[in-house]
Amino acid sequence: MSVDDRALPAKPPVIAPGHTSATVSDKIGEIVFRKTPRWWYFAFAGSFALVMLLLMALTKLVVEGTGIWGLNNPVGWGFAIINFVWWIGIGHAGTLISAILLLLRQEWRTSINRFAEAMTLFAVACAGLYPLIHVGRPWLAYWLLPYPNTMGMWPQFRSPLIWDVFAVSTYATVSLLFWFVGLIPDLATLRDRATSGFSQRIYGVLAMGWRGSAAHWHNYETAYLLLAGLATPLVVSVHTVVSFDFAVGQVPGWHATIFPPYFVAGAIFAGFAMVLTLAIPLRAIFNLHDFITIRHIQNMCKVMLATGLIVAYGYLIEIFMAWYSGHWYEQFMILNRITGPYRYHWWALILCNILVVQLLWIRKVRTTPVVAWIVAMFVNVGMWLERFVIVVTSLHRDFLPSSWGMYSGTFWDWATFIGSIGLFLALLFLFLRFLPMISIFEMRTILPKEEAES
Amino acid sequence: MAQIFHRSTNTFSRVWMFGGLFLVAGGIGLLLLMSRSSYATGEGIVLQQPIPFSHDHHTAALGISCVYCHWGAEESAFAGVPPTATCMNCHNLIWNQSPMLAQVRESYRTGQRIEWQRVHDLPDYVYFNHAIHVSKGVGCESCHGRVDKMPLIMQAESLQMEWCLDCHRNPEEQVRPLSAIYAMGWKPTDPEQGARLVAEHEINSKVTCSTCHR
Repeated sequence: MSVDDRALPAKPPVIAPGHTSATVSDKIGEIVFRKTPRWWYFAFAGSFALVMLLLMALTKLVVEGTGIWGLNNPVGWGFAIINFVWWIGIGHAGTLISAILLLLRQEWRTSINRFAEAMTLFAVACAGLYPLIHVGRPWLAYWLLPYPNTMGMWPQFRSPLIWDVFAVSTYATVSLLFWFVGLIPDLATLRDRATSGFSQRIYGVLAMGWRGSAAHWHNYETAYLLLAGLATPLVVSVHTVVSFDFAVGQVPGWHATIFPPYFVAGAIFAGFAMVLTLAIPLRAIFNLHDFITIRHIQNMCKVMLATGLIVAYGYLIEIFMAWYSGHWYEQFMILNRITGPYRYHWWALILCNILVVQLLWIRKVRTTPVVAWIVAMFVNVGMWLERFVIVVTSLHRDFLPSSWGMYSGTFWDWATFIGSIGLFLALLFLFLRFLPMISIFEMRTILPKEEAES
Repeated sequence: MAQIFHRSTNTFSRVWMFGGLFLVAGGIGLLLLMSRSSYATGEGIVLQQPIPFSHDHHTAALGISCVYCHWGAEESAFAGVPPTATCMNCHNLIWNQSPMLAQVRESYRTGQRIEWQRVHDLPDYVYFNHAIHVSKGVGCESCHGRVDKMPLIMQAESLQMEWCLDCHRNPEEQVRPLSAIYAMGWKPTDPEQGARLVAEHEINSKVTCSTCHR
């Protein structure tokens, strides 16, 4: 065995050499306890201003109703569902990294799983906002849940929209638990390192009495593995159910069996793009080159390339099926996407999601963080455009030409969308400030053995 | 290192964690109970009326039919509240000096209506037609209760949607022969009678949204 190992070219390390348990704890823990850097205030203020924009848009929505959005007949689904699918897709990378890569013992996940999970939570929070507000009367959104109500009615269990309620709420719950359970040993580390009584108490409550005894670790490992097992099917199931929102409907452009796998691949694609979008600047700002190495960036680029190819295959199959079905509505739908009034959206989507991503075949692109970041930004835009194309171009040409229409987002649509990006960033900045963005104790476990003991 | 928390924190946090579950479950249960209470529905609550009119006395004791006053019950979307003139048909002859009825006479003289408080008031987003229910064999008693035993009228049922749907889903449990519409305390003669009547009256009670929310 060892002979074979030596025969392989040595993989670059997942943590830079020279680190010990103490330096890892110092380096990551110190970020939380050092004086708040000046840039943080500016960044947080900027994103908080966007949160205020979101609140303004939501207030306007509650006062006036969904008429402030660009929705119309025939385009009855607009920004709300586009943004919902976009955000929920972004979340998937976190779950994949934390659950599937854990079970597959990919130890390189260790330095990115914590903030990828945080990203998942915040993305799910942003995603969850849209179904609640799009119902028009958000104060009655609890009607989505099946409970013994005085109306004598259950939600329509045959509708994928109610499956969505379960898929997303399960996802949010499991993601939150997974993230929190993973944080407990680190919260204890922070509690022990905190100097002020106030932060000792806050971290102490959150650490739930963690003392790091063998029994604690035993329970912890069991719980974490169980949660990983629970989260694993969610990577596939949540976006499958989201794709059913479309695929179960009989609208050309939606009613396709390719949708579930193509949506799941798209979600992981979008998610890794977002992880890269966040990881590359964080690594530079917090000087974490030792922990988030070029190997991490390379690996994430490779996952993006692979899932991007699956997505490209999905687009091809859509076009193929339109031809193969011999169905004129399907064929019109595809031709209309490529050459119709929304053709620029479609071509931009192809550029962002297929063409630009092919750059990742080049090693130099994968190993140059700035370039990889630009590719990831293209994918972020491309995946939003994909949902726009799926939702809007499928609806705007209804079966009857007399019902044709056009759709565009209003100021309030954009304000809600940009505001939700602000919410995501604001939560992220709070997370960076108050919690360890990299799992301290897990980083200690991947230290080379002799250094950990020194 | 000094302890951050007092040792009682252990007990406190355990109690809080498990107690929290019961608190949440209990809170939800309480909300569900409250949404069905008479506080929310008005069921069984007597409204303050301008004159303490007794349905008990006028129907059970005197034997006046429901439709003598609520003349729209069989043919109109609303059963209707009688005009003062209906009261005066009798009360210009009997109890015509009673101080209790001074307001009735005043209303009759001036043409100003008596401001009765509406007892059975459905929300405005519900389309309801009184006549169809009566003509398909839903007796007064089924919705309004034992009016013959109410000295002061009150809402006998919750009037909540689940209550409407109970009957719309299983009309055979409520229908009666048209001859027994005004009967109080009526009981079906045999268990199959309901199903027979549903066929006989051609009852197609609907439960689609737009049946009631038009």
